[in-house]
Amino acid sequence: MTTTTQTAVTTQVYRVYIKATPQAIWDAITKPEWTERYGFGGRVEYELRPGGPYRVPTTEAMKKAGAEMGIPTPDVMVDGEVIEADPPRRLVQTWRMLMDQETEAEGFTRLTYEIEESGGGVSKLTLVHELEGAPKLAALCAGEREAEGAGGGWSWVLSDLKTLLETGQAFRG
Amino acid sequence: MVTDDDRVIKALADPTRRFLLDRLFVRDGRTLTNLESELEMTRFGVMKHLRVLEDAGLVVTRRSGREKLHFLNPVPIRLIHDRWIDKYRERRVSALAELKTELEEEMA
Repeated sequence: MTTTTQTAVTTQVYRVYIKATPQAIWDAITKPEWTERYGFGGRVEYELRPGGPYRVPTTEAMKKAGAEMGIPTPDVMVDGEVIEADPPRRLVQTWRMLMDQETEAEGFTRLTYEIEESGGGVSKLTLVHELEGAPKLAALCAGEREAEGAGGGWSWVLSDLKTLLETGQAFRG
Repeated sequence: MVTDDDRVIKALADPTRRFLLDRLFVRDGRTLTNLESELEMTRFGVMKHLRVLEDAGLVVTRRSGREKLHFLNPVPIRLIHDRWIDKYRERRVSALAELKTELEEEMA
């Protein structure tokens, strides 16, 4: 077995077509006023340059849910570092989930967003998540823990993002 | 007009294509040669099915060195689920809940 084949197994690829401009999608990924409206609803903090920090502070809703379940919540849910930022086409960054000690211990993974125009006012958003050495995070991102209330992973987040950009409202309304 | 939903539902309405998706679910990022090895079908036949899955957005291909890898993209299924399944499931659940309330009121 070659190295490429092994890497491929731990990579997850998600693609969604959205009736929106690449710029609108880029903003929805990188601006807190957008990211708080879909998915987990965290307000992202990005410095969009190579080496720039990325973090998502824990939302009040998450803190409350954690307190109710008696689980301590960290101040930051997700952190990482920008590797490449080419607005509004390509964003490469590292990504580490801190909400859970097991995923935190797995360390940083690599996330790539690619946005392309696809004609007729539709854009194609492709998300590639390289999850080598991070099986717990991979399960979370694949939505395998949705029944426990951990969210439906990237499919859920991207489907919510599509709904928000196309209708102005996310599932949560 | 052919919608995205039409393409996805049509792509799923075939046992070979569902088999291919199930194989990718077990292990993602496979080559054509690998996928072909598990089917009693010509390479051309498998390529045709993969093409339909790709057009529906259920499979995304990416190059890795000299290899073309096939990845399962679950987002279209999620969209169908949210649009078609969740909706009716909630209605059925609420219909059952109403029935329960009505029956209990009758008994009281």
